[in-house]
Amino acid sequence: MKSQSIGQIALAAAAVAYLIGVYFASSPVWMGFTINALVIAVIAMSWNITGGFGGLSSFGHAALFGTGAYASAVLQVNYGVSAWIGFAAGILAGAAMGAFIGALAFRYGLRGSYFALVTLAFAEVLRICASSFAFTGGGSGLQLKLAPGLANLQFADRTVVYTALLVVVAAVMALTALIKYSRFGAYLIAVRENEDAARALGIDTYRIKVQAMAISGAFGGLAGVLYLQLWLFIDSTVVYGSGISIEALIGPIIGGAGTVWGPLLGTLGLHLLGEGAKHLLPNAPGLNFVLYAVVLICALRFLPQGLVGLAGKIGASKKKKESGDA
Amino acid sequence: MSSLIIPAVLSGLMMGAVYALVALGLTLIYGVLHIINFAHGSLLMLALYAAYFLWYHLGIDPYLAIPIVLPVFFALGYALQRGLIAPMSSGSEQNVLLITLAVSMIVDNLALYFWTSNTRTADIAYAYDTVEVLGAFLPLGRVIAFCAALAVAPLLWCFMAYTRTGSAIRAVAIEKRGAELVGIDVNHTYAVCFGIGTACVALAACLLLPTFYITPQVGYTFVLVAFTTVVLGGMGSLPGALIAGLLLGVIESLCGLFLGESLGQIGIFLAFILILLFKPSGLLGRAR
Amino acid sequence: MLEVRNLSKSFGGLKAVTDATLDVAEGSIVGLLGPNGAGKTTCFTMIAGFTKPDEGSVRFKGQDITGLAPHRICALGMIRTFQIVQPFAGLTVQENIAVGAYLHHHNRHEAMSVARDVGKRLGMGGMLDRPASSLTIAGRKRLELARALATGAKLLLLDEVMAGLIPSEISEIVGIIRQIRDEGHTFLMIEHVMQAVMSLAETAYVLNQGKMIAHGPPRELVRDPSVVEAYLGHGAATRLQEAHHA
Repeated sequence: MKSQSIGQIALAAAAVAYLIGVYFASSPVWMGFTINALVIAVIAMSWNITGGFGGLSSFGHAALFGTGAYASAVLQVNYGVSAWIGFAAGILAGAAMGAFIGALAFRYGLRGSYFALVTLAFAEVLRICASSFAFTGGGSGLQLKLAPGLANLQFADRTVVYTALLVVVAAVMALTALIKYSRFGAYLIAVRENEDAARALGIDTYRIKVQAMAISGAFGGLAGVLYLQLWLFIDSTVVYGSGISIEALIGPIIGGAGTVWGPLLGTLGLHLLGEGAKHLLPNAPGLNFVLYAVVLICALRFLPQGLVGLAGKIGASKKKKESGDA
Repeated sequence: MSSLIIPAVLSGLMMGAVYALVALGLTLIYGVLHIINFAHGSLLMLALYAAYFLWYHLGIDPYLAIPIVLPVFFALGYALQRGLIAPMSSGSEQNVLLITLAVSMIVDNLALYFWTSNTRTADIAYAYDTVEVLGAFLPLGRVIAFCAALAVAPLLWCFMAYTRTGSAIRAVAIEKRGAELVGIDVNHTYAVCFGIGTACVALAACLLLPTFYITPQVGYTFVLVAFTTVVLGGMGSLPGALIAGLLLGVIESLCGLFLGESLGQIGIFLAFILILLFKPSGLLGRAR
Repeated sequence: MLEVRNLSKSFGGLKAVTDATLDVAEGSIVGLLGPNGAGKTTCFTMIAGFTKPDEGSVRFKGQDITGLAPHRICALGMIRTFQIVQPFAGLTVQENIAVGAYLHHHNRHEAMSVARDVGKRLGMGGMLDRPASSLTIAGRKRLELARALATGAKLLLLDEVMAGLIPSEISEIVGIIRQIRDEGHTFLMIEHVMQAVMSLAETAYVLNQGKMIAHGPPRELVRDPSVVEAYLGHGAATRLQEAHHA
């Protein structure tokens, strides 16, 4: 029923080809770099649920990412809980934090810039808390014990890590697709497009928005836990930092907000660009963010539907559909 | 304990005045253009570096740098609005927010690249001379900043109330189409307003430099405080921003006193969340 | 089916609606008339739960629904449409209608097939796969009706569905509304197009400056001097009378 354009199929195929190609790349650098990009892609997919489908642009998705990471790390480090339970707890904590922020913000009807600012403030409060309390390791962060093995969700072999991440990313994308073509997804889009009309049609918009934040929180918590298991170390300036919040929103916007493939495509594209820049100008930390920002401005102006929308115009099938439907 | 509280309140008021000054520009831009300028903190950082380099290379005292930095930043703000934000945003509120975010990313990271993350301070001899107020010893630099902020707020208000440009800005703020119809150049007025907002930041930077440090990240420290000030004061209200700035300075100082230095700013952010949730129209703002 | 009693609402000092009372019997088409700013839409927003009335009550199928949230009221079987129709962009026509159908059909497949049926009944069978944003005004008005119908609501509050349509489109919509009514639906409609009200509504209420000033069959209402004056200004009725006699 969904008629994707040739351009969109080609774009998705290119991404898949790249992700498979990484297995055969001559240099291990490619895999290491793509692993990072995939973790970020998951937080981007988290943002996409609320920001893309629901039109609720958060500027503080690090609040969810960090909460997932810290929940798991605190349990593992302070209470010796197994990594698997920490993994689940991180996802749940992210979901709870999302629901909490959403419940507060939407209870008072915040939207647009106000919602963006309140999410940002939450991330900051959490960052300061995490850097001040002893049980979160204060300013020095938390470190997991290095103990590779399936039981600890740590893998010495990069290829295994990469494969596991690919599975997780595919699962999150599948869930996103399920959401998009479900009652909940249709309701979320209705809320984005016209909240009053949605209410008239019998939609409990408050509940839908809070649920969206909870799902987004679960994905965000998942991304945080992945980060933790990958690096075995977290500190508040990174996992609750503005960099994560920015990466969460910039990938989907450039890739195509409210689409299944957008967050992955946007994040991969940006990271490739950033990596390329790093090779040209090796000693320029933060240069990738300058590039991201330039791309973001151009995308806002020239690609209102992101890469997926652009691709949608290439070889669109005869039954013309709204662009951005991938 | 009261012997600690009075100095804490006073030093909070001094810092609060700078918050107010930064927030004045932000609230002006919000009140007229209905834009939340995310790049405001980055512009502050840029102005701090400008004042710093004028002092470092040319030996110009930060206070004497005001007549140089102010017009330059007015022009910068004007150009930013007219050349980038307006044409690139297609008029959407979310796009404006994202574009100013992008601008702050560019400015912050370029600053990091060119000026490294080293913390710099301008060692101006008299800045830490102390002034005794009510038994508290306050740095001269902070007292000057406080007095200047208190003077600038009413000046800005008079400018808006009594000058031709001020009237044009207010007209555009209230009714854009109507202002257009009576012959006001809306794009120009918007850009002028953005320029004035940026000039406020430049002034704040010159006043701040003698008693503050500079890093490429310093803007981020201020941007959230400035947002809080604007929201608390009532989006778009100049007197509100002044009062809110002073209040937040005191809140931060007292939180630092009671909860420890590292938790000082948490009071500000908690205040921010509470205001956004319970009274988003702020202290002196009109109800949305 | 719907009993509205003594509804009042003021915004600040302005009394938007005062003491409005109206009844809608099951299976009827009732008009709500009045000049611009008379408080018709405010009445609708209160009945449908979008704003809480200061005073008065709304009963639907015998149940007190005053102050209930819109989505609860919709679930009970009453729905309002909007004067300015905005389809959900980014969704196709069929998906738009399905948003309504999801209320009682949680499964996508079912909701989409209900949407297809409703769409076809309203003569939109050919445009189901088109993006909703590509519809003309007339198409959007139909879509608004279809979305509302798909929720399974029995009482539809229509806010100026004819506004902005050309005469041939109006007669199409009139036909559609009649057809839907014959299928067992009830309508309360705000309408400016008198011709449409005359041919559709059995009863109409006239609201002026927030107060109900008359009700009865539309053909009688247009001869009622207070109604004429509400539309044309003070003294208009006598002048019309004189002109008629001259």
